[in-house]
Amino acid sequence: MRAGPLFTGLILTLLALFTASLLIGPAQIGPLESLRALLAGDGGPLTLVMREIRLPRAVLAVMVGGSLGLAGAAMQGYLRNPLADPGLIGVSGSAALGAVLAIQTGFAAGFALGLPLAALAGALAGVFVVLALAGPRGTSLTLILAGIAISSLTAALISLVLNLSPNPFAANEIVFWMMGSLADRSMTHVWIALPFIALGAVLLASLARGLDALTLGEDAASAMGIRLPRLRLVLVIGTACVIGASTAVAGSIGFVGLVVPHILRRWVGARPGRLLGASALGGAAMVLAADIAVRVVVPSKDLKLGVLTALVGAPLFLHMIYRTRREGL
Amino acid sequence: MAVAGESPARPSRVVSLNLCTDQLAMMLADEGQLLSVSDLAYDPRSSAMVEEAKGYRKNHGLAEEIYLLDPDLVLAGRFTTRATVSMLQRLGIAVITLDPAYSLDDVRARIAEMGEALQQQDRAAGMLRDFDAQLAQLQAEVSRRPRTALYYANGYTTGDRTLAGQILLAAGLSNVAAEAGIGAGGTMPLEVLAMIAPELLVTSTPYPGESRSEDILEHPVVETLRRTLPGAGFTDRDWICGTPYVLRAIENMAELRRQTEQGEN
Repeated sequence: MRAGPLFTGLILTLLALFTASLLIGPAQIGPLESLRALLAGDGGPLTLVMREIRLPRAVLAVMVGGSLGLAGAAMQGYLRNPLADPGLIGVSGSAALGAVLAIQTGFAAGFALGLPLAALAGALAGVFVVLALAGPRGTSLTLILAGIAISSLTAALISLVLNLSPNPFAANEIVFWMMGSLADRSMTHVWIALPFIALGAVLLASLARGLDALTLGEDAASAMGIRLPRLRLVLVIGTACVIGASTAVAGSIGFVGLVVPHILRRWVGARPGRLLGASALGGAAMVLAADIAVRVVVPSKDLKLGVLTALVGAPLFLHMIYRTRREGL
Repeated sequence: MAVAGESPARPSRVVSLNLCTDQLAMMLADEGQLLSVSDLAYDPRSSAMVEEAKGYRKNHGLAEEIYLLDPDLVLAGRFTTRATVSMLQRLGIAVITLDPAYSLDDVRARIAEMGEALQQQDRAAGMLRDFDAQLAQLQAEVSRRPRTALYYANGYTTGDRTLAGQILLAAGLSNVAAEAGIGAGGTMPLEVLAMIAPELLVTSTPYPGESRSEDILEHPVVETLRRTLPGAGFTDRDWICGTPYVLRAIENMAELRRQTEQGEN
């Protein structure tokens, strides 16, 4: 199957959704007027709205969605298991715990990159534990069980830390860390997340050839010159970078890394290497679409992104478990 | 008020469970008449009377501890500690619940009700006379009301039908919440705040400990407004309860309005 039309289609969809995301918001502003204020910049309130509220929101949706899709595709390629989603296997949860600890201890306020670094450390611990528990070729069962254990533990610790906070608002933010949101973010969040997401994306993209070779089995891949321990290390660090930085600014958003590779897999001829790029684009489109939907469906409430992605993703997840069982795994 | 005023006997063991009844009771009760106030009365961010509260026992609104204090009157807010209140009533303890104040008239009514509850009508009458006199002094005639935005954590704002809204009006300011269609309280998205372009921005004082909810008060948009608008202020403990301390809040806002007007001239 040719991948050219797929990538063209994904990029066009992404551009359309990005533009729509810039044009939709609670302040009713004409589309031409908005774009002119965004590009020209007259220092008025409209420019402020476009540059400091809507632009960072759309850019973050692309960054976070791309990260989730890419990390999901990479982990699934490495584990050769379609159920490996960073949210489901507890990586997002451990990143969120790192972020919450950084915020509550003041580490995040101490210096600019404190928040993403702490989330990265959390994500690193999460990926490491999951891979250690699941083994090099994790079965679906051990992978999902390890994920449930890590997710429950991190969720409990996040609740504990936020409930102990002297700030009366902190306890209400448990929902944000579990479900994720892009409301009221600013360019500051873009800048602190960007270096880590860029680094992680480069690392994960470099795995394409190795993951393709791995579909033939570990022995064949070694014979083709792929060094598996190195591939595993790059995967762990790359995943921790993109998921850590995304979770630090947007909370944990589940199921994107599950749904997107699942839909796109047959369009790339089941080649994990090519699936990486397609999933990054698809993930960005999915989070942009979800973020537009939360603003259109209930404009006055801060509906969490994870609610929408779970409504789409959880039924698909159930379906995949059912199929996995039928195949006798 | 939820009690029949048949018995004129002055209650002698009074316990208060609500930040606002705490403060009114401390102002109006006799020495020794009030036994205990709620833990919030000791929190300098919420309570305007932390020093006074130190002379009383602290309670946490739990039925068990209240019962052991053996009160002959319990004062509670309409929306607080309802489970405790209903249990104390089942145990036969007299409970008086006061509504929150949504306006300056409500503040006057609460002072009078507290006077009735504690059988301190004379003191309450005196307090009301002072209140009216000070309020009359503060309410100057204004030619123009600067458009003011109240902005709290999570992008929440309050309109004219709230105590905070009434404080703004009394200080000669107008509230932009009405322009956004918010009468009581509601979320005003950052975008709407920016487009409404207020002249004054009054934000809540952040609590210690970080929270994402309060991050919005340091968002570049809010920071830009604070920097470029003629005036910016903060709400504090004087804004929370319907007590004479609202006069201090009105005075601060009126001062902010005068500064703004001087800046224009």
